[in-house]
Amino acid sequence: MTTLSHSLPAAHDSAPVELLRRRLPWGLLALLAVAFGLVPWLGNDYWLNAILIPFLVLSLAGLGLNLLTGYTGQTSVGAAGFMAVGAFATYGLLLRVPGLPLPLALVGGGLIAAGVGFLFGIPSNRIKGFYLMVTTLAAQFFLEWVFTKFPWFYNYASSGTISAPRLELLGHDLHSPLGRYLLVLGSVVLLTWVAVNLVRSQIGRNWMAIRDMDTAAAVIGIPVDRYKRLAFAVSSFYLGVAGALWAFAYLGTASAGSFDINRSFQILFIIIIGGMGSIAGNFVGAAFISLLPLLLNQAGQWLLGGNVDAGQLQNLQKIIFGVLIIWFLVKEPEGLIRLLSNLRERLAIWPLRF
Amino acid sequence: MTFFLETLLGGLLAGTMYSLVAIGFVLIYKASGVFNFAQGAMLLFAALTFVSLQEQGLPFALALLLTVVVMAIGAIVIERTVLRPLVNRSQITLFMATLGLSFVIEGLAQGLMGAQVRALDLGIDDVPVFLGEVMVSQFDLVAAATAALLVAVLALLFNSTRIGVSLRAVADDTRAALSIGINLNRIWQIVWAVAGIVGLVAGLLWGARQGVQFSLSLVVLKALPVLIIGGFTSIGGAIVGGLIVGAAENLAEVYIGAHIGGGITPWFAYVLALVFLYIRPAGLFGERAIERV
Amino acid sequence: MGKSLRRSIAGAVLAFGVYSSLPVTAQAAANEQFFPLATYRVGAYASSGIPVWAGMIDYLRYINEVEGGINGVKLVWQECETEWTAEKGIECYERFKNGLNGAPVALYHPNGAPAAYALSDKAAADRIPLITLGYGRTEATDGSVFPYNFPVMLTFYSEASAVVNYIAEREGGFDKLKGKKIATVYHDSAYGRETQGPLALLAEKYGFENIQIPVADPGNEQSAQWRQVRQAKPDWVFLRTWGVSTPVAIKTAARFGFPVDHIVGDIWASSDEDVLPTGEAGKGYLALTPYPGGADFEIHRKIKEHILDKGKSDLKDPKSFGSVYYNSGLVNAAIAVEAIRAGQAKFGQRPLSGDEGRWGLEHLNIDEARLKAIGFAGLMQPLALSCSDHEGGGAAKVQQWDGAKWNLLTDWVTADRQTLRPLIEAKSAAYAQEKGITPRDCRAEQ
Repeated sequence: MTTLSHSLPAAHDSAPVELLRRRLPWGLLALLAVAFGLVPWLGNDYWLNAILIPFLVLSLAGLGLNLLTGYTGQTSVGAAGFMAVGAFATYGLLLRVPGLPLPLALVGGGLIAAGVGFLFGIPSNRIKGFYLMVTTLAAQFFLEWVFTKFPWFYNYASSGTISAPRLELLGHDLHSPLGRYLLVLGSVVLLTWVAVNLVRSQIGRNWMAIRDMDTAAAVIGIPVDRYKRLAFAVSSFYLGVAGALWAFAYLGTASAGSFDINRSFQILFIIIIGGMGSIAGNFVGAAFISLLPLLLNQAGQWLLGGNVDAGQLQNLQKIIFGVLIIWFLVKEPEGLIRLLSNLRERLAIWPLRF
Repeated sequence: MTFFLETLLGGLLAGTMYSLVAIGFVLIYKASGVFNFAQGAMLLFAALTFVSLQEQGLPFALALLLTVVVMAIGAIVIERTVLRPLVNRSQITLFMATLGLSFVIEGLAQGLMGAQVRALDLGIDDVPVFLGEVMVSQFDLVAAATAALLVAVLALLFNSTRIGVSLRAVADDTRAALSIGINLNRIWQIVWAVAGIVGLVAGLLWGARQGVQFSLSLVVLKALPVLIIGGFTSIGGAIVGGLIVGAAENLAEVYIGAHIGGGITPWFAYVLALVFLYIRPAGLFGERAIERV
Repeated sequence: MGKSLRRSIAGAVLAFGVYSSLPVTAQAAANEQFFPLATYRVGAYASSGIPVWAGMIDYLRYINEVEGGINGVKLVWQECETEWTAEKGIECYERFKNGLNGAPVALYHPNGAPAAYALSDKAAADRIPLITLGYGRTEATDGSVFPYNFPVMLTFYSEASAVVNYIAEREGGFDKLKGKKIATVYHDSAYGRETQGPLALLAEKYGFENIQIPVADPGNEQSAQWRQVRQAKPDWVFLRTWGVSTPVAIKTAARFGFPVDHIVGDIWASSDEDVLPTGEAGKGYLALTPYPGGADFEIHRKIKEHILDKGKSDLKDPKSFGSVYYNSGLVNAAIAVEAIRAGQAKFGQRPLSGDEGRWGLEHLNIDEARLKAIGFAGLMQPLALSCSDHEGGGAAKVQQWDGAKWNLLTDWVTADRQTLRPLIEAKSAAYAQEKGITPRDCRAEQ
């Protein structure tokens, strides 16, 4: 057992033979058109507030973690800690720098989170696998404690909570559900586009080389330590922005408790279920994680409503959730995204197979 | 000075309670390479089962025996449905599977046996005892003795029985063990059952402290730094790690916490673990992984 | 390759999921008032929650089946699981805020501090009043800045003051407090720190020494904290823990030889679930509560006769009947029902909207006679709310655990709310400034 390496499975066992085939991604464009054009028309408050906004923010957080875990192979269970840094930093910037526009505050919050991520990434040069995971757990608990303990971070509010002092962009108030939705959607689309290009670049390829085997990567001359730290920083930037959006665009009011260890696990679930080392996988995973409990709840009410004790129904949902997670891990180690692409390939040749 | 000694001793004793939880992790990690996050849920399930049986009027020994049987059956089911299909998957996948498993076990525990808080009386008085000037808790002494006994039994099991030898063979080199005909699945079942029983012991001691309720499953978070310091693969390490964490945490809260606002216990152990890790990347007693390119 | 299509499939899956999880909306508007129940029946705090929901549901059922609703308006309710978290709390709120099958929401119980904070602004925007009994923002007492937040009956500030008043009574007068040591062992969270401000003020006023010792969440190991208590040798300990940290605190106190009858638990450390696991160690433990335990109140007789004995109760464990948390459910439900009654007096005997519910709350006046009429005499204090005072009451009883049940030691111990009001106004003014809120003029509302 001791000789087992701690590395992750290669996400691309079958490496794509052709490089980028440039053509317009019609499906993606259509999806964006729907997201920007149609949803604001059709979506009601419940859709936007309770489903779409958290889904998008969680996708972004998943993306951040995926850059670190899925692309660079550094397991982290401290994602929520870095989200907290982003949220509290953005709050501090908005509060203490008068006239700072919202996008800059978000970027600033992200950068501060990146700095903190860089610091906690330093041990990655010596520590690997589960032991590294504990570094990130230490970050999680330490950061949670910092944001509870020092009132300066939440402007001495007795409740220990922060809420966005102003949410406006170019004079538009973004407090309405639609405004917050568009803010989140805009940020997510922009950052996803950056991420897609990042992982295709030299940096992304070096990350993947480190993931697949860091000793080997070092042998071929990749500065492994530097790229690991960079991955921590970039990942934390994404998580930081996601944290700020989670606090201000979704919750409205947040405290350190909004970014506890369970949030970190949730984000880890997203990338594992969605697909490690896949950008689209984050969205699928986030959809699964945020929608499944709602679906189970609705199904429970609809199928059994009234006949079953409410507490038992909740326990049953918890069990089903756990079973589904195990089932997906057993059935499709590469995540839902792989399942979907297999489906697509099967559909493409249906009904006549070769 | 008395106060320092008292804090140190109290911390060391509190640490054995962490060790008890950590031992369960070590057993499973050693035998199957799984970082079992569901250990906390197993602990909760075991303690809840025991208390529920006792509520039905069963005597202590019978309830204990039945709980052991339940945990063994649970181990077989887990091995069949989770471990076997996931064999040879990456460690992170197995870790995630145990997270899913913890949802299932927690849901089952609360669904079957209710969510209310149960009192658990082991008949041990939790009163102060004075060793000279220094005050210690009687309960802590009993807990420490239990941990010592448990370790002795496990050592006996691993060193002097056939199962123990095959288990060590599996831990040492899974492939070689398989090739000489050791039944891996059987070994896993046994190890998970033993871990469940260790969980029962830990669950009873913790449950007597805080009542048998959902929060029992949270004690795993206390055990992780213990594992890091002691190494994932050494039972002795789990004990030493527990002692170090317990003592350091108590001393830190009293002597450092007072200056920076207190409440530092949740992260202090982790930061301590980090320092240890930086010096010895595989824990104090862990085995260094050899990487081949 | 395939990424675009993959996404569109993902989109389709998502859209389907979203669609099917939408709440069923408006069919036929009936003469019904919707009572959303944001509950937590799983997770770390489920054991505290379950009896509360039973109390609420039993009372609502009693109102429906025995009294025929509130002036003929039937109550309907639906549950939603929050697990005591902010995000699920928001999801539930969004699902519920538009009512159920046409039955509108007049009042909302967030049931949980994280959700209460997170919903504070949203509820104000949606014009739905939040009732937070014994938790929530203390500064929301100032209704001119927080029109939709109602921390009714006992805020954390009042609680701190009531404890100090009780200790003074036990010590033989306020002048005896001078030089005494009162240690607060608190859950290290927003909830736990909330009493630091008022206790500092009261310590200055009465000259007692104010010691603050934090317990980090979840608090299942507290030897370091109680060793500090032992070293500080306080005369009294004010225990402000929550969940598992309460029994652990009591047991650890006993382990360190601190007399348990000099520990006063706060409102969230005052339930049967908190002391049951402590066994012998908990005998003599004191706790402060605005809804004392006991099943001998008039309302219990009625509920037992009409609900419990007919097998219609939501209680799974009949032993919990009359437990502190069950009674808290009754009191919570009764305040809501009475507020709707008050609103109906102005707007007519029909289901009320959120704004009308708020009017009802701000004109709520439950006096002794009314308490007697609804069967809550002794269980609940008189409660009169207004635009400038969203708390009302401000009193608690002190109860003692004898190993099997709670016994009342005092009548209502009243907080010195006048002394603490400036603190509250300073906080609410700061909040108004931060958020750019212009406070209402409460005199104009009379």
